[in-house]
Amino acid sequence: MGRLTSTINAVQASAQKSLVAYIVAGDPHPDQTVDLMHALVAEGVDIIELGVPFTDPEAEGPVIQLAHERALVHQVTLTTVLAMVSAFRLEDAKTPVVLMGYLNPIEAMGYDVFAEQASLSGVDGLITVNLPPEEAGPLAIALQDKKIDPIYLLAPTTTDARAAAVCRASRGFVYYVSLKGTTGSGGLDIDAVCERVAHLKAQTTLPLFVGFGIKDGATAAPIAAVADGVVVGSAIVTLMGENQASPEALKLEVSELVRDIRTALNASNA
Amino acid sequence: MVSKQLGTNETLTSFPDQSGHFGPYGGRFVSETLMAALDELTLAYDGLKTDPEFLAELGSDLEHYVGRASPLYLAQRLTDHAGGAKIWLKREDLNHTGAHKINNCIGQALLARHMGKPRIIAETGAGQHGVASATVAARFGLKCTVYMGSEDIQRQSLNVYRMKLLGAEVVPVTSGSRTLKDALNEAMRDWVTNVDDTHYIIGTVAGPHPYPMIVRDLQSVIGREARAQFARQHGGLPDAVMACVGGGSNAMGIFYPFLEDESVRLIGVEAAGDGIMTGRHAAPLTDGIVGVLHGNRTYLMQDRAGLISETHSVSAGLDYPGVGPEHAWLKDIERAEYVAVTDEEALGAFRQLNLLEGILPALESSHALAHAVEFAATLRKDQNIIVNLSGRGDKDIPTMAKIDGISIG
Repeated sequence: MGRLTSTINAVQASAQKSLVAYIVAGDPHPDQTVDLMHALVAEGVDIIELGVPFTDPEAEGPVIQLAHERALVHQVTLTTVLAMVSAFRLEDAKTPVVLMGYLNPIEAMGYDVFAEQASLSGVDGLITVNLPPEEAGPLAIALQDKKIDPIYLLAPTTTDARAAAVCRASRGFVYYVSLKGTTGSGGLDIDAVCERVAHLKAQTTLPLFVGFGIKDGATAAPIAAVADGVVVGSAIVTLMGENQASPEALKLEVSELVRDIRTALNASNA
Repeated sequence: MVSKQLGTNETLTSFPDQSGHFGPYGGRFVSETLMAALDELTLAYDGLKTDPEFLAELGSDLEHYVGRASPLYLAQRLTDHAGGAKIWLKREDLNHTGAHKINNCIGQALLARHMGKPRIIAETGAGQHGVASATVAARFGLKCTVYMGSEDIQRQSLNVYRMKLLGAEVVPVTSGSRTLKDALNEAMRDWVTNVDDTHYIIGTVAGPHPYPMIVRDLQSVIGREARAQFARQHGGLPDAVMACVGGGSNAMGIFYPFLEDESVRLIGVEAAGDGIMTGRHAAPLTDGIVGVLHGNRTYLMQDRAGLISETHSVSAGLDYPGVGPEHAWLKDIERAEYVAVTDEEALGAFRQLNLLEGILPALESSHALAHAVEFAATLRKDQNIIVNLSGRGDKDIPTMAKIDGISIG
């Protein structure tokens, strides 16, 4: 059993819900990323989702697009991101790290080289936004050889037949994109999400996490009531944009936000 | 022989396969939210493409609204100037809206209507596809939003205003390099958000399956006409067919009906910008690496880390780091050849066609013209080249005037 599954199992065993925090590696500056990862863990984040900067992040809303651009200014590439994970692992051997990005940098590195390097760095899972299971065969094999979990997405538009196939291909957890739109979109219809999540959960034994549109304790708690975990991204990344000048202020604000969400999750499950 | 590289049940025109691949290229690399919409589009198109009623409606609009067939014109003075093979121009510049883009837009607007989608969106570089999309939106009573890089908005201001006159909303895109590729990203984001009521009219033979196939099929009217017109006006087949390649829709449109005529050389002309050696160009087939962008696997301009490079061409319509997957495949199996022409050479051809033939070509098409003149000189006088004159150059007058240091407007 990999670090991802054992962590999720442990959270479930303690009757809690997993909290996943997303940041873009290198945003706002590469020197801050590892430190921020540790800060997230200290406030109760169970899994870190690390965005790999890309020039054309077509599924992202404006907040995360800007984060990609900030990181690219500092020449943060996939190789740099893997070095950050290695650095994180020097002090944290326990918290799973999932990379989230687009296929082209992985293609450029080569699937086998990527799987090997990612495994050596301590990466546990991979979400490739623009790679549906139908096109993922060769990469999935490379990942399997190195025990890295491929995590696929489900969307509100996914049919039941596709959902079954997506769940079969996923390892670790399945990620339900809670709204039609880009990351950071507003207007989450919580009742509709909960209904859909309950429906999807009946079709898979994998843990189901929900992301897109969860920005604070108030949106996280009701969704965590039906899902196995929640992913918070744009709300954290917004703080990166606002606090570029002060690494200390940034860490404080991110810590506060994550603490609030953790508290809300724990309270709703108490 | 190209045919040796094909499987037993494959022909050059039987692609893409069921899953949308042209050999290793193409496919469907999009976020999960769009998969259902692409399935819906594939199903709708499969049903319509042989439907007599749809084809009749499409044919009628192409004839009476677009003004097809476009002429095949023997450019005698250009031919004399080149001093070799006869140069024939397929006059897509004479279509309504001034370029080949309308052929695709009419068909996709009919598709949108069939699928019950009241809104269309489009990306545009030079503005020709945006204008064509805005035009069909007006024609069919659809709402229309066009995404355009803020840099392109500056250099193609005429087309921006034209789209607004047609009732479209033009959204400037300020992310990334602020050109066509970023407009495409933004259109994908809109589509992901509004997928229930919106059809995305991709303007070129790129993007996720089924777009490269649909756009090619709709643009193939160019090659079908050209093939029949040449047989009638001259007899037989031309020796070569030539077209500029950005995303590659006008080239695919004219190439496709000639794919199985092995004696006909198919030559795509990319934008070499400041020159291939400078790296400042937009020629992925000439100097690119295979990768995945905008929903398909193809040749891309990218760095070693897989980040997409900024491209350069004087022609906004060719200023794109990728190319349609069918071109990537035709290059690999050596059924088509691809060359690149610099900004300077294209500007020379632009001026030349004005002076020799009284025709104002688009800067995009001027790339094909520049190579045609050079290539014609290497052939015998009894040989023939068809050049796809994909659009007219009115939109480029401000750019040319600026280069010439003339203030207009």
